[in-house]
Amino acid sequence: MDLTLKIWRQKNTSSAGKMVDYKVTGISGDMSFLEMIDVLNNDLVEKGEDPVAFDHDCREGICGMCSMYINGEAHGPDRGVTTCQLHMRKFKNGDTIYIEPFRAKAFPVIKDLVVDRGAFDRIMAAGGFVSVNTSGNTMDANALPIPKDDADEAFDAATCIGCGACVATCKNASAMLFVSAKVSQLALLPQGKVEAERRVLSMVEQMDKEGFGNCTNTGACEVECPKGISLTNIARMNREYLKASLTYSEK
Amino acid sequence: MALINSSILRKIVMALSGLFLISFLALHLTINLFTLISADLFNEASHFMATNWIIQLMQYVLAIGFVLHIAMGIQLTLQNKKARPSAYAMNKAAANSGWSSRNMIVTGLLVLFFLIVHLKNYFWVLKFGDMPYSSDYELVVKLFENPLYTLLYVFAFVLLGFHLDHGFQSAFQSVGINHSKYTPAIKWLGRAFAVVVTLGFSLISLFFYFSSLSN
Repeated sequence: MDLTLKIWRQKNTSSAGKMVDYKVTGISGDMSFLEMIDVLNNDLVEKGEDPVAFDHDCREGICGMCSMYINGEAHGPDRGVTTCQLHMRKFKNGDTIYIEPFRAKAFPVIKDLVVDRGAFDRIMAAGGFVSVNTSGNTMDANALPIPKDDADEAFDAATCIGCGACVATCKNASAMLFVSAKVSQLALLPQGKVEAERRVLSMVEQMDKEGFGNCTNTGACEVECPKGISLTNIARMNREYLKASLTYSEK
Repeated sequence: MALINSSILRKIVMALSGLFLISFLALHLTINLFTLISADLFNEASHFMATNWIIQLMQYVLAIGFVLHIAMGIQLTLQNKKARPSAYAMNKAAANSGWSSRNMIVTGLLVLFFLIVHLKNYFWVLKFGDMPYSSDYELVVKLFENPLYTLLYVFAFVLLGFHLDHGFQSAFQSVGINHSKYTPAIKWLGRAFAVVVTLGFSLISLFFYFSSLSN
């Protein structure tokens, strides 16, 4: 199929970007969206032009790098997938496709479609961990029984790949779904409960510092999340936060 | 307001003040519906509301509730706008979220405009103005002889309905109540409440407008 692409081109963080039109031809429906951009970039390189910069790593839906806002939706029109798992069969011959980077004050554009999601790393560093001694005397996993339902819920939250689709989609550029998934995956398990109060306070504090917006419960993040992270995590974080801010004694 | 620096605490204040305003709406609608039953009943209820000391005290709490909810709503919106300085060239918001959830500030500000008109129509007249009529009931009836006021009121009730449809269930989520058993019921209840509020208040306005035509 032949397509018209409208792609955001931006030289670097400080320069102003703009949408630029490109044509691609002979695209197969079996190609992934990233392979389609590979075809475009091949053409651009052959013509001696600057190829479109975009993030990608695993190309199997688990690295969360492909930060593209395609035709008005994070990772495009398909549900439960990242951009690399979006196939060109979702589009028709002659379609015009808008391709933009994830937009948020906290995610500055590095170049074209590549954004800096270091804000997520800083939120994780603020409390998204469990302090355990792993120097050779690790506890046997079976010595600490965990109810199956809790383990399942924690695992569901832990499937978050930190791609930032929630922030990109949210009309307020809020990071609540990401942060709540990270808070939940640890708060649900006994190993994480020890530091639960300090964790939720620190991570939310860092989230606010990074300049993300406030959650208004539109639910858009849950719909666009490639891993189906549920809004129940946000409610859990709100509960944990309220409890911690009322009872936590340090700070 | 600056005291509450955390995004989650602000949301909780928004939710609790919203739920408080919802309880006020339920009371307000109940008393208003008395107008459809009998003028005396409404006048008596209205007199009780204007004289009972608990209600008089709650008036100030209610005013604080309104101010908190409105001021924080505006502050949150301004912050949210700042969090995305450059807009998308193409954004399909309708693909993943409901209209009422995305337009709370729009419905909210329009309802605020209505609230100001409404306070001037009734509260101001009863509290500080020269009451031109012999009873509170008559004050209600006379206003809806004007088709423009009737239209404005009904329009405001529809907007309020959309605001409540999202706001009711959103408040529970904000304070951390989300459960596979109860959340569907809360959403249903919120929608039912929104419909009852819109239809109930509109019915009263339209009833008196059409009654005035037949007289």
